Amino acid sequence: MARLTLIAAALVVAAGTATAAEAPKAPSHDWGFQGIFGSYDRAALRRGYQVYAEVCAGCHSLRLVAYRNLMEIGFTEDEVTEIASEFEVLDGPDDEGEMFTRPAKAADYFVPPFPNDNAARFANNGSLPPDLSLITKARKGGPDYLYALLTGYREEPPEGFQMMDGMVYNDYFPGHQISMPQPLFEDMVEYADGTPATVDQMSEDVTVFLAWAGSPELEARKSLGIKVLLFTIVLTAMLYALKRRIWADVH
Amino acid sequence: MTKPQWNNGLVRWIDDRMPIFTLMHHELVDYPTPKNFNYWWNFGSLAGIVLVIMIVTGIFLAMSYTPHVDYAFESVERIVRDVNYGWLLRYLHMNGGSIFFIVVYIHLFRGLYYGSYKAPRELLWILGVLIIIVMMATAFMGYVLPWGQMSFWAATVITNLFSAVPVFGEAIVTWLWGGFSVDNPTLNRFFSFHYLLPFVLFALVFLHLWALHVHKSNNPLGIDVKGPQDTIPFSPYYTIKDLFGLGVLMVFYLFFVFFAPDFFGEPDNYIKADPLVTPTHIVPEWYFLPYYAILRAIPDKLGGVVAMFGSILILLILPWLDRSKVRSARFRPIYKQFFWILVVDCFVLGWIGAKPPEGIYITIGRIATAYYFLHFLVIIPLISMVERPKPLPESISTAVTKGGAAVKEAT
Ligand code: HEC
Ligand code: HEM
Repeated sequence: MARLTLIAAALVVAAGTATAAEAPKAPSHDWGFQGIFGSYDRAALRRGYQVYAEVCAGCHSLRLVAYRNLMEIGFTEDEVTEIASEFEVLDGPDDEGEMFTRPAKAADYFVPPFPNDNAARFANNGSLPPDLSLITKARKGGPDYLYALLTGYREEPPEGFQMMDGMVYNDYFPGHQISMPQPLFEDMVEYADGTPATVDQMSEDVTVFLAWAGSPELEARKSLGIKVLLFTIVLTAMLYALKRRIWADVH
Repeated sequence: MTKPQWNNGLVRWIDDRMPIFTLMHHELVDYPTPKNFNYWWNFGSLAGIVLVIMIVTGIFLAMSYTPHVDYAFESVERIVRDVNYGWLLRYLHMNGGSIFFIVVYIHLFRGLYYGSYKAPRELLWILGVLIIIVMMATAFMGYVLPWGQMSFWAATVITNLFSAVPVFGEAIVTWLWGGFSVDNPTLNRFFSFHYLLPFVLFALVFLHLWALHVHKSNNPLGIDVKGPQDTIPFSPYYTIKDLFGLGVLMVFYLFFVFFAPDFFGEPDNYIKADPLVTPTHIVPEWYFLPYYAILRAIPDKLGGVVAMFGSILILLILPWLDRSKVRSARFRPIYKQFFWILVVDCFVLGWIGAKPPEGIYITIGRIATAYYFLHFLVIIPLISMVERPKPLPESISTAVTKGGAAVKEAT
C-alpha cells in the first residue's frame, strides 16, 4: 500500500508538470550556465550586452542592473565609465536648489529608454515593453522561452489565423499575437570578436546576458554550493558511522 | 532519576539557586525514550531546527527589507544582488518555508499512522494542530512580502474570502486590508505579523514539548512503556540519531538553496505586483494547494471557506472520532489501508489545487474533498467499531528482542 501511494504521488507530480503549459513548450537549449558546474560564457555575455544595448535598450529598461555590475562580467573600469557617460541622469538639488542633469556614473543604474510607463506605451502602440532585469526568471521555461521567443517570429501567420492590428505572429508567445515586432535581423550588430551576427547567435547571446542580469549571483552560488554540499555529505556520513557505533550496544 | 553532579563552580552556583541545568539534564540527556523509534520520529526535532533557521535568516533579511509597495520588490532584489551573502539568506528563507512544510506534514502523518493523537496525548496533538495553523498564517503573510504578482494576487484572493462572512463580511475585509484594496497598509501589517508569529510559534512549540515530556513519546508499536528495559536515555542515542537525520535533511534542503532556488516558486512572483494586471492562473504555494482545492470544490463561497478551514480544524477532534484503543496502524489492518487512501487523497487534492477549476478537475476535486471529510467523520469512527486489531506485543523490549520477527511481519 505504501508503494502504491508513492506511485500515485509520482503520477500526480508528473501529470502536474506535463499539463501546466498551454503555449507550446519552448524546446530546451543547452545553456552553459545550467547544471551544477554551470557558469556564464564571458564572450557570450559581452556580445549579449552589445545586443541588449544596441537593440533591446531602445524599448526595454534594465532597472535592477547598475553600470558598475558590468565589471563583474569582464568590462574594465574605463569601459564602464565610458558606457555610463553616454547617458544623462537627473541629479540634485544643487547648492542653489536647482535640479540638474549630469552624465551617468558607474554607480548609477541602467538609464531606462522612457521616462515612465505611459511614455513607453505611447511609443509602442499602447503596449508596455517589460523591464528585462528578471525576464529569465519571470517566465515559465526561463532562458529556453526567451530564446524561442526571439527566434520564433513568422512573417505570415498560419492560414486562417486572425491577427489583430499591429500584432505579429510568434510561435512561442502565449496566444501567438505579440506587439513586439521582430527585434533581431541578420547582421544588425557588428560583433567586435568577429562572430557572425546571425539571428540565432544574437538571440543566444542576449539570452545569456539577460540570464546573468537576472541571476548575477549564479556563479558564486554554485561554487559555494559544491563545497557546502560536499562538506555536508561527508559530515552526514560520519554522523551515520558514529550513530552505528553508539547504537551498537542497544537491543 | 538521580540528581546530576556539576563540577563547574559557576554552574553549581546557578543550579543551586535555579536548577536550570538539572532541568535540561533531565529533559535532554537522561530523558527516557522508547528504544524502538524508526526514522519517522526524526521529524519533530527537524521541524524545531528549521523553525530556528527561519527565525535567524528572517531577522537578517528584515534588516535590509523595506515594507513599502514602491520598494519591497526592489529591496528583495537588493538583498539578493548587493547584500553580502544576501542571496544565501534569501534562498535559505524562501526554500526553508517549503522544507518546513514538508517536514511538518510528514510529522503530522506520522502521528496519524501511529495513533500518536490518542489518550493521553490529545493536548499534545491539539497544540500541534495550532502550530500548523499559525505556520500557515506566517507563510501566507511572508509570501506577500516580496510584493510580486503572486504575492499581491494571493493576498487579494485569500483576504477576500472573509467577505463570505454573513453581514459583516465586507467590513471585515476592509478592516484586514486597512483600506479598500490590498495596498501599503496591508503590506505593513503583514510584515509586522510575519515578524511576530514565528515567536508565537516558538512558544507553541515549547508548550508542545512540555506536553510531550509529561507522558513521553509514543513509539512505532503504539504500546506504553512498561519499565526501564523499554527505554534508553535520549543522549547519546537520540541526539546522534537526530543529528544524522539533520545531516540528511540539510543535504536535501541545501541542494535546492544552491542549485535550484526557484524550484518551489512561481515565475510570476518575479514580476512586480500590478493591481491592474491579473495573472492568468493564481496559484498558492504548493503547501496550500490541497486547501485551495477544497475551497474551490464547494460551489458556495461561504461553504467553501468553512470547508477549507474545517479541513484542518477537524484534526482537533480526531482523538475523539477514533475510538479504537490500539494506537499503531501496525496492528490495525483496516485502518492501515484507509490511512494510505487518505494520503493518496491529499495528493489528489494538491494536484487539483494547481489546476484551473474547469471540466473534469471540478468533479475530481469534489470527490476528493468529499472523501477527505468522509475519512474523518465516517470511516474512522466506523473502523474503530468493526475492526479486530492484531494481538499487541507484551512490551517494547520483548518485541524488540525475541518477538522481533512477529512484529516485522505486522508492518
Ligand atoms: C520596438 C520596441 C522593442 C524592441 C526593440 C524590443 N522589444 Fe521586446 N517588447 C516590446 C513590446 C512592446 C513588448 C510587449 C509585447 C506584448 O506584451 O505583446 C515586448 C515584450 C518582450 C518580452 C516579453 C514577452 C512575454 O513573454 O511577455 C521579451 C522577453 C522581450 N520583449 C525581449 C526583447 C529582447 C531580448 C529584445 C532585444 C533583442 C527586445 N525585446 C527588443 C518592444 C520591443
Ligand atoms: C515560521 C517561520 C517562518 C516562515 C514559515 C516564513 C515564511 C516566509 C515565506 C514563504 C516568505 C516568502 C519568500 C519569498 O518568496 O521571498 C518569507 C519572506 C520573508 N520573511 Fe519569513 N518566514 C518565517 C519566519 C520569519 C521571521 C522570524 C522573520 C523576521 C524576523 C521573517 C522575515 C521575512 C522577510 C523580511 C521576508 C521577505 C524577504 C523575502 O521575500 O525574501 N520570516 N517568509
